[in-house]
Amino acid sequence: MPNATAATTHPGWLRITHWLNALAALVMVFSGWRIYNASPLFAFKFPDSLVMGGWLGGALQWHFAAMWLLFLNGLLYLAINVFSGRLRRQFFPLSVRGFFADLGAALRGKLAHDDLTRYNTVQKFAYLFVVVDTVLLVVSGLAIWKSVQFPWLRVLMGGYDNARVVHFVAMTALALFVVVHVVMVALVPRTFVAMLRGRA
Amino acid sequence: MSHRKEIIKDAFAELDAPARRLFGKQLVSLGTLSLLSGCRLDEISGVNGMLKGMSRFNDRVQAGLFNPNDLAPTYPESMITRPFPFNAFYEIDKAPVVAADSYQLKLSGALTGKARWSLPELYALPQTSQVTRHICVEGWSAIGKWGGVRFSDFLGRCGADLTARFVRFQCADGYFTSIDMPTALHAQTLLTLSYADQVLPRQYGFPMKLRMPTKLGYKNPKHITEILVTNSYPGGYWEDQGYNWFGGS
Repeated sequence: MPNATAATTHPGWLRITHWLNALAALVMVFSGWRIYNASPLFAFKFPDSLVMGGWLGGALQWHFAAMWLLFLNGLLYLAINVFSGRLRRQFFPLSVRGFFADLGAALRGKLAHDDLTRYNTVQKFAYLFVVVDTVLLVVSGLAIWKSVQFPWLRVLMGGYDNARVVHFVAMTALALFVVVHVVMVALVPRTFVAMLRGRA
Repeated sequence: MSHRKEIIKDAFAELDAPARRLFGKQLVSLGTLSLLSGCRLDEISGVNGMLKGMSRFNDRVQAGLFNPNDLAPTYPESMITRPFPFNAFYEIDKAPVVAADSYQLKLSGALTGKARWSLPELYALPQTSQVTRHICVEGWSAIGKWGGVRFSDFLGRCGADLTARFVRFQCADGYFTSIDMPTALHAQTLLTLSYADQVLPRQYGFPMKLRMPTKLGYKNPKHITEILVTNSYPGGYWEDQGYNWFGGS
């Protein structure tokens, strides 16, 4: 039994914040697509079968409810990561050369996943990227929601209209991350088990 | 007792509002997910109430964030959007025709002063103008130039109780909405009588609209005929269907 705790690769707080974040992100993206459709920035709309909320008012209700889950859960995730030392331990040092070496190995199907407690360099970059991207989504979203009350955020985002573009680009990056992330998990199903019960 | 009364009142309100029930049914259609699961999120009891509750919570958060001294950005006239878009819950040819001669703005509720205003009387009040950004709940925005009477001055002239909680607006096209008193007293909240230095045209709300660059478009009522100062929550045309009441920017 001494091995039981040692084998736990994903602590409880990590699993809980991961799945709450997944739920919040899904609601934010699908309701956000319905909001986008009300006044598309580009020459396309998201199909009705993929959007959430029904009409614009419903989508806005979902978006502005789930934002609190995304925000507070994200804050909790970051706080525990920083103060427990996990952020430094798991993500640093970061090596650009290591990134390309691991990326090459991954593309040739030769990247080992023997030890789930250690992220490879591609994982480190990908997970840090999605953290930064989520922060950008929150900041640009605040600039859109409260462009008058938060003038410095509005200026930082290049004005109200530009904040919408930033929000859209950051959403696209998040969606691409999720697709790649899910494919990777499908290729190494043990990681899915680990995120559910804490160990593979 | 009062709790039971409230439930009964709510039940009757639900029965009386087919539009609201329709809204409830349309609230969620996360297409593939709902097809796969064979159930709809909004039919799970409590989801609708949770969303409405969160919207009320966001009203309070926005009231807390609202700084009466923060001004919305103003722009040079060269940045005005031309033509400024028309937007309403009907097509442009259905915009109401209000007769200027017989028009009277009616005020009621918590006020002690003059309660009937003709257009010449309103035009004779001190006027100011602003070039500000109109932000629609749909996401688009457009810059325009509006002129008129500072609303806080006007409420003062009418002897309105400035400690009342809400101001409700009734419009000639059946639209109605309401705002919080701090926003009503904001320096850029304008009882608007002109657009681009011309008498406010029909498509933009003749004879009068309330212009607030601190709030989304649907909070800016056009064709105003009646103003009510009140302490009981008045709701609004879109707000009663699910748009956020505070609707601040």
